[in-house]
Amino acid sequence: MNANPYLPDMATIVEVIQETHNIKTFRVVINNEERMKAFTFRPGQVGQLSVFGAGESTFVINSSPTRKDYLQFSVMRVGEVTSRLHQLQPGDQIGVRAPLGNSFPLEDLKGKNIVFIGGGIGMAPLRTLFTYMLDNRKDYKDITLLYGARSPADLTYKAELPEWTSRKDVNTVLTIDNPSDGWEHKVGLIPNVLLEINPKPKNTVAITCGPPIMIKFTLQALKKLGFEDENILTTLEKRMKCGVGICGRCNIGTKYVCMDGPVFTYAQLKELPSEL
Amino acid sequence: MERFITKENLTRLAEELAATHRVLAPVATCGTVTFRRFQPGMALDLHSRMAAVSPKAATFPQTETLLTVKSEIPEKKPVITETLPQGKSVVIGCRPCGARGKLIFNPVYETDTTKDPYFILRRDNTVFVSLACDRPETTCFCHSVGSGPADPDGSDVLLTLVGDGYVARSVTEAGEEILKSALFADAGAKGKEADAKNEKAREMMGEAHDYVSAPAKLLARFDDLDFWAAQSAKCISCGACTYMCPTCYCFNITDDDQGLESRRIRTWDNCMSHTFTLEGSGHNPRPTKAHRLKNRIGHKFSYYPDLHGGVMACCGCGRCIKQCPAGVDIRQIVKAAQEYSE
Repeated sequence: MNANPYLPDMATIVEVIQETHNIKTFRVVINNEERMKAFTFRPGQVGQLSVFGAGESTFVINSSPTRKDYLQFSVMRVGEVTSRLHQLQPGDQIGVRAPLGNSFPLEDLKGKNIVFIGGGIGMAPLRTLFTYMLDNRKDYKDITLLYGARSPADLTYKAELPEWTSRKDVNTVLTIDNPSDGWEHKVGLIPNVLLEINPKPKNTVAITCGPPIMIKFTLQALKKLGFEDENILTTLEKRMKCGVGICGRCNIGTKYVCMDGPVFTYAQLKELPSEL
Repeated sequence: MERFITKENLTRLAEELAATHRVLAPVATCGTVTFRRFQPGMALDLHSRMAAVSPKAATFPQTETLLTVKSEIPEKKPVITETLPQGKSVVIGCRPCGARGKLIFNPVYETDTTKDPYFILRRDNTVFVSLACDRPETTCFCHSVGSGPADPDGSDVLLTLVGDGYVARSVTEAGEEILKSALFADAGAKGKEADAKNEKAREMMGEAHDYVSAPAKLLARFDDLDFWAAQSAKCISCGACTYMCPTCYCFNITDDDQGLESRRIRTWDNCMSHTFTLEGSGHNPRPTKAHRLKNRIGHKFSYYPDLHGGVMACCGCGRCIKQCPAGVDIRQIVKAAQEYSE
């Protein structure tokens, strides 16, 4: 980050991947070579992307700090800034303010079994940690990835799915909501498939992200499976502007999602006033 | 340092300062007193009534450009330029509450890890010459939030009206510099008179309300949406309270697109608006005015004091009460939460 917290670094889009009909993944490189080289972050941290003239929006950095050729952001087209982002091509210039926010508690996760539960675009913040763990595989015990979307067409990171599903050192389960021709994986809602997989809570941390309704039922399923609140992690989203705890809109009571989050344990969430 | 300045000389002081500073002073326009840029020849209006809008804009403008971005053709490489505030300002004739408002910004805008250069530069280059209040209005409650009608905190010079002029006391070094002007005279025995006036003004405010229990009591009502629906029933979500408030520091950042050039601008934002927390997905964590009023009052009397050593994010100026077109009174709402029994 710059001394002026509002000043973005200029960056170049080096690759654009069309993930689904409304999600694109952008790989970006900060123009200043020294700053790009020195750029460090932890899985779970976010960044603000600027399309000058349109504005800024917050996205998780979904590449892993272990792979530093570029920073990767996945963007669903929903509003003004994201629509303008979707028009950009490799070579185009954007602004990046990153890293912002807290991160997954990497140190506490070492030596644990990990269960990732991602729904739709909620896979983005999990991808960074999942990739990080694959690159440091020996530090973790069993790793399970449950990733679901409405339909096969709604799955992001399709280019990586063959690797994720074929690796012997992770158990990757894909699911879609309704049957579809040629689909060889699970069919069913994420919480139901989770119960079917039946991960054991002992020495296991569950990490989930997805649409609010999915999170709600996934938390219920995890509790049913016997997971402690402290061993359930999620990452929140709020409308943000400054990203550095000043502008005053992403708070839940005394906590600011941009500074105290976006990563929270379920135990921490329960202590917060109910304003998700 | 204690000096005395006549009313006439205060205007001359403003004229002198205007040569080197941006001078902001209360000016009556169409029946409303607001802080305007003072130019020689203008009349100071310190006494007709408290300015409708606080002098917040001196350190936190309603709109300011943070950056400009110029795209160079044909490379299309945008060049970003920071537009940090330049120059020095003086606010003359604000009330102590208005000068104190910016203190609430400090622990948020300047932390160990994050420094907002725009606010900090403006704050450090603005001198506040405040006028102690000689009588409270019915909406005033500065004495209940740890302040008072002659509170020097946040001011650089504090004036007290005595006879045909003001006893002027420096609060900071910057204030002392102002008092070095030859327009000031020896205060003589007038200092005692000023003390008596300030004491009288404090007495006129009556007993202070105790907000110590407010943070916990407000949090206890968090999930009681019926309580907040009742408290916010009159509110029309206009946001006047937020814009008039000396301590409301929330802002929006937007881009102003002018083709090859764009400006990134920061503007006062209004937490009473539906769009304040509206997310791209259509989800809104604060979907009704009850949720939004709960956050506004919670922020000032519960979250902020919890985070910042018990200090309420309110300077008790009462502008939100006076300017509310629907008669929402923040004092009554906090009190209702404090007195609530299950």
